[in-house]
Amino acid sequence: MAEKKVKKEKIPRQPMPEQEPEVRRRNFKEVPIGYSKELAMKEAERCLQCKNPTCVSGCPVSIDIPAFIKLIKEGEFTKSVRKIWEKNGLPAVCGRVCPQEDQCEGACILAKKGEPVGIGNLERFVSDLEREHGTGELPPKAKPTGKRVAVVGSGPSGLTVAGDLTLKGHDVTIFEAFHKPGGVLVYGIPEFRLPKEIVFSEVNFLERLGAKLECNTVVGRIVSVDELFEQGYDAVYVGVGAGLPRFMNIPGENLIGIYSANEYLTRSNLMKAYLFPEYDTPIAKGKNVAVFGAGNVAMDSARTAMRLGADTVRIVYRRSREEMPARAAEIHHAGEEGIEFYLLTAPTKFIGDENGRVTGMECLKMELGEPDESGRRRPVPIKGSEFQLECDMAVIAVGAGANPLLTQSTEGLELNRWGYVIADPETGKTTKKGVWAGGDIVTGSATVILAMGAGRAASDSIHQYLTWGW
Amino acid sequence: MFKIIRREEMAGGTVILNEIEAPDIAVKTRPGQFVILRAYEEGERVPLTIADSNPDKGTITIIYMVVGKSTAFFRSLKVGDTFLDIIGPLGKATHIENVGKVVCVGGGTGTAVLHPITRALKQIGNHVTTILGARTKDLIILEDMMRAVSDDFIITTDDGSYGRHGLVTDALKDILEAEKINQVVAIGPVPMMKFVSLLTKEYNVPTIVSLNPIMVDGTGMCGCCRVTIGDETKFACVDGPEFDGHKVDYDELMKRLASYLEEEKIAY
Repeated sequence: MAEKKVKKEKIPRQPMPEQEPEVRRRNFKEVPIGYSKELAMKEAERCLQCKNPTCVSGCPVSIDIPAFIKLIKEGEFTKSVRKIWEKNGLPAVCGRVCPQEDQCEGACILAKKGEPVGIGNLERFVSDLEREHGTGELPPKAKPTGKRVAVVGSGPSGLTVAGDLTLKGHDVTIFEAFHKPGGVLVYGIPEFRLPKEIVFSEVNFLERLGAKLECNTVVGRIVSVDELFEQGYDAVYVGVGAGLPRFMNIPGENLIGIYSANEYLTRSNLMKAYLFPEYDTPIAKGKNVAVFGAGNVAMDSARTAMRLGADTVRIVYRRSREEMPARAAEIHHAGEEGIEFYLLTAPTKFIGDENGRVTGMECLKMELGEPDESGRRRPVPIKGSEFQLECDMAVIAVGAGANPLLTQSTEGLELNRWGYVIADPETGKTTKKGVWAGGDIVTGSATVILAMGAGRAASDSIHQYLTWGW
Repeated sequence: MFKIIRREEMAGGTVILNEIEAPDIAVKTRPGQFVILRAYEEGERVPLTIADSNPDKGTITIIYMVVGKSTAFFRSLKVGDTFLDIIGPLGKATHIENVGKVVCVGGGTGTAVLHPITRALKQIGNHVTTILGARTKDLIILEDMMRAVSDDFIITTDDGSYGRHGLVTDALKDILEAEKINQVVAIGPVPMMKFVSLLTKEYNVPTIVSLNPIMVDGTGMCGCCRVTIGDETKFACVDGPEFDGHKVDYDELMKRLASYLEEEKIAY
């Protein structure tokens, strides 16, 4: 319900300034430039300060949205970011990568008749301001409990657990397989959507709080979960993500120039291959690039290929625009940057030259049939609609599965038939005593904020366990 | 940071040995496993097999051939210098079993990979014949170490400058003709492993090879190292690096290894 107020002139939603499409399509700088103080305060004024705010129930970690927005309106930026920290340790990340249209902003009362409050933009503004000009002051921390927690994986869910439990006084060590922390925030999401400097500063914030970080540590190879308990850890949180690339299993998929999205994005983002040869890791620079799939990972891959100098980049997807799982804003950005959409199209095989390099592919046109178990209309091939498409590089972004490295080396950890860890959705408890799990290794590929929500639930449960027992 | 405590040059400085402080890896590693190394912030991740380990000293040993920018930089590192990142042990360990008579075939730096496997095969009671091959005498590495863990020992050079004149497959063929061999392990350049496998297939001798595709993460999350084994795509970093030599698509592997030839030249 809106407050009773004198009717003022209606302020429209303040657009976030961003780089022009024809400029940004060839650079890796962040696309949105961010609100100024003035823009942020103006946007904050649009919030109706509902008594029963629906936006909060739309947020997976229940940030007190009206409260932090009110503080922005009043110019109390430091207090505002602290209000967010009560529920969310990674606001600079979430403000950028959450699908707000399906969450907080989708639930905003203003969305019913017009445009919702720019909650994500405001969250981003206030956390960026704190990072760049903040006091550096840390939130208060509980007395040390003497309990040790091992967090496996430094993606969004692991970082959330580590932050929460450190604040509660536990001694937390994060184990990361890569040489850099952040998980998908670092290897998956490109610089132009989430500058890596922001991720590292969030991790640095956790380290200043007292969490320890061990990179280059592949749990399941160098140390097992049981050995972590032997080393004196009281609880283990498994947040290793869904890092197993899926391929399409069609002929020619091992030709040179065909990447999994994981490989393509890891080369570009983590290894900074987009700066080759300043950085040593190479990456193929395709002229005609095909990207398969239509989720955020596909958009990220396509936009990366465009920035690496491709002439044409095509998203090839077997369903129609309506079923595309990527965020609306990402699809829009991709379109603006000149990415073409080949919808209702499925590849049947890749074609290569004598050196084993991909030169093209054969596709079939599809039409939509009855809805399948996912509720989306099933694509059905149209007979005789085969056609060829030229491509000298392809990225396969049709989803990821559960990486078995950790789970197969841990006895007593029950998995479902897809290899994901079975965990209580309320608490994150697994079938193994003292072990919690959350994020993509439980749900399969989902979103950053859902992984953080799972981390939040698990950290509450781990804290209870460390205080009262299983 | 991982400190180099010993450095040796072999094969006229084209092959380098580094013994490195990495206590956790030294304790865990088993024959057949590998590490991924990165030397500096702008560096790439380079997979190299663990040639030896000393858990008491807390060290692992790597042996690599200088072939491009990264390995050339590794060569420039002196005792006391460090690697920025070492990740491991990675990959599956070799399945070591007493099968009877085994022939171990090594070529190039593959010999470094073969050494701990040969030693383990011998320790468990196999009769081990080793064949080391090289283009020419100067390129042979680890001769004494391999000799010490073998019952019979043969060296071949393509140009006849040392040992038997000819290819490893010539020597292997003679052995396969003469007696029943239970297993062959071949590690070296891809063409060598291919031709050894073609030969042993004729004699129906189970053959293990260790593949060296391009890798990025080494933990199964990217599929860069995918290889075709029989009808299946496998990831060498988690499903291997060892595979049934009779099922590997060597031609595909060789082509994929050439993916970045142009870029490698630019970088160097």
